[in-house]
Amino acid sequence: MDRPKVVKYTPPECVEDYPLGAFQAGHLVQKNAGWRVFRPVIDHDKCIGCLRCFLVCPDGVIDKSGEKLEIDYDFCKGCGVCAYECKVNAIRMVKEGEEADE
Amino acid sequence: MSIKIKDVIHKESPMTQGHRMCPGCGAPTAVHQGLMGIDHPLVVINATGCLEVSTTVYPFSAWRVPWIHTAFENAGAGAAGVEAAYQALKKKGKIDKEIKFVAFGGDGGTYDIGLQSLSGALERGHDFTYICYNNQGYMNTGAQRSSATPKGANATTSPAGSVIPGKLQKPKDLTSIAAAHHIPYVAQTTLHNYMDVASKVKKAIETPGPAFVNILVPCVLFWRIDPALQGDICKKAADTRFWPIYEVIDGEWKLSYKPKKRVPVEEFLKPQGRYSHLFKGERSKALLEQAQADVEKDWEYILDRCGETWEPAE
Repeated sequence: MDRPKVVKYTPPECVEDYPLGAFQAGHLVQKNAGWRVFRPVIDHDKCIGCLRCFLVCPDGVIDKSGEKLEIDYDFCKGCGVCAYECKVNAIRMVKEGEEADE
Repeated sequence: MSIKIKDVIHKESPMTQGHRMCPGCGAPTAVHQGLMGIDHPLVVINATGCLEVSTTVYPFSAWRVPWIHTAFENAGAGAAGVEAAYQALKKKGKIDKEIKFVAFGGDGGTYDIGLQSLSGALERGHDFTYICYNNQGYMNTGAQRSSATPKGANATTSPAGSVIPGKLQKPKDLTSIAAAHHIPYVAQTTLHNYMDVASKVKKAIETPGPAFVNILVPCVLFWRIDPALQGDICKKAADTRFWPIYEVIDGEWKLSYKPKKRVPVEEFLKPQGRYSHLFKGERSKALLEQAQADVEKDWEYILDRCGETWEPAE
């Protein structure tokens, strides 16, 4: 995936450790999915790879670098826009803690 | 020139995952869609607002391009300064890349607080693009009304009650104000289809000289809608003519989207919690009629400017 990965963050110990002026771009220090209630699950048999979900995802968590579309569950917030916009109903919203298979 | 899905789909957005915008917020979608089609190196100037505070919480940054934060009131001035420095370095031969400058501001930072610096930068003719992601209020501080808040909306500083039905004033037409600077490119759009934001932002960025794009995006907390309906509510805004989609190229007004049918504005208002007071009580009918009359009047103005006629199918 052509995306920044989470890196470990060492808190500054003194004033000199704080960055002044410029700061690194694309710098993630923690995962960000704790507020999700429903998670999107892709049905790869139905998915035609039109990538509309990628276009409408506010969080940019649709990973298209592999053969199949994947969702980065470390950062998905579960808004459901992808499931609503999917033209072939290949994305379902499943409650967290429940199994995806029926 | 409009770009197709297949032109942008293989690209990556300059903003990564991991930002702290609310689930279903329209602003990051507008950023992703708008900047995905740009091939030039970008510098982003960000006014204070939701987009700024949630994409850059120290020590993390969701931007993968050079990014500078300015205060609420000076995104236009900040962009002008960065662009002027770039032009000076280019003249001296220290930079040979073709760099583009994009400023982002919310409607509070654009319609109200940053209007003077934006107006100044547009007038001085700096080569940059200003994108206003307009969610129609001050959402970062808790749903206060701004001068972009539509008439009748229930905001915390214009609350709907038994006497006053939400905000009393009409929003200002900032796109027309920007067009009145006679700059090369001005556009107004929303997330109503997949490629409109991408096409208009690409045009704006590639046009030499200043450009302004006003993008209506939903705020889930203020509009009180289901987060999944982000695209749907924007489509309704375009279909009910509440938010006309048009562009102004070198002073020539051009309507980009004409709805096929006459859809009443209730379709757009009904799903939103901020308008729920319009649908109950004795005054409901009069208030909705007023809302529809306002839409018709604004639509007539846009049609007149574009020199178009509109004949909806029955």
